Amino acid sequence: MAPGLRTYLTGFTLALILTAIPFGLVAFEILPRTPALLTIAGLAIVQVLVHLRYFLHLDLKHTPRENLFALLFAAFLIFILVGGSLWIMFDLHHRMM
Amino acid sequence: MPADFLDTERRSEKALGFWVYLMSDAIIFALVFATYVVLSHNYAGGPTAHDLFDLRRTFGETMLLLFSSATFGFATLAMLEGNRARLLVWLVLTVVLGAGFVALEIGEFLGMIEAGASPERSAFLSAFFTLVGLHGLHVSVGLVWIIVLMGQLLIKGITPPVASRLFRLGLFWHFLDIIWIGIFSVVYLPGVL
Repeated sequence: MAPGLRTYLTGFTLALILTAIPFGLVAFEILPRTPALLTIAGLAIVQVLVHLRYFLHLDLKHTPRENLFALLFAAFLIFILVGGSLWIMFDLHHRMM
Repeated sequence: MPADFLDTERRSEKALGFWVYLMSDAIIFALVFATYVVLSHNYAGGPTAHDLFDLRRTFGETMLLLFSSATFGFATLAMLEGNRARLLVWLVLTVVLGAGFVALEIGEFLGMIEAGASPERSAFLSAFFTLVGLHGLHVSVGLVWIIVLMGQLLIKGITPPVASRLFRLGLFWHFLDIIWIGIFSVVYLPGVL
């Protein structure tokens, strides 16, 4: 996806909405804790995808394969490193209580 | 300035190399995020996230950074059209917005330290200052980079090497906004909840 005015405006508008919703949820205490956290997380992931597509012009058709692989591999590494670390630390925390 | 610079750019080694660097930076940030999550409730009897965070300031910082991503996008469009004057205007606006972000953040840090919520007060605060500070440092370096590129634009004009650097700076700048999405979603919003 090549840059064009519409690309940036669409991305910007989507990002604004995806920002306003979680801030509003927290500021006006609309949801209880766990649903709120899940919603914030979900909206954050969507907004990251919006940024990747509309600001960084990443898409499955035009982006070179190497770039997509680098992104996917980094995501894979992050999943293992962060997931594994959090698993270990929270397990340790529970065992020491 | 040929608009097909993007075709060659997309295939250029420089863009891929910088992209791989950004992926390594993402991994580093992810681990600092994980550290923060583990330590986020270790208050050591000191001030908590709920005590310290001000959502209005955080929202302001978020808007400044998001708008600066948009202005950088408009700068990119001006560059593709070979319009140096418009490009420079949008870059100046990006710097102003980014500097506003850094100013708000420095203000936040100084306020916290004055109130006794310094990095060494608790593990939560150490992790907070490290994560948010690391991001703020990246933004500050990005601002320097924009200013240096503006100088190169004034002196050399929109040459292919300068355009190539602007493209990579764009990758960097948008990447920082993505990291900020993580910061307000993992640090500030849950902290206030």
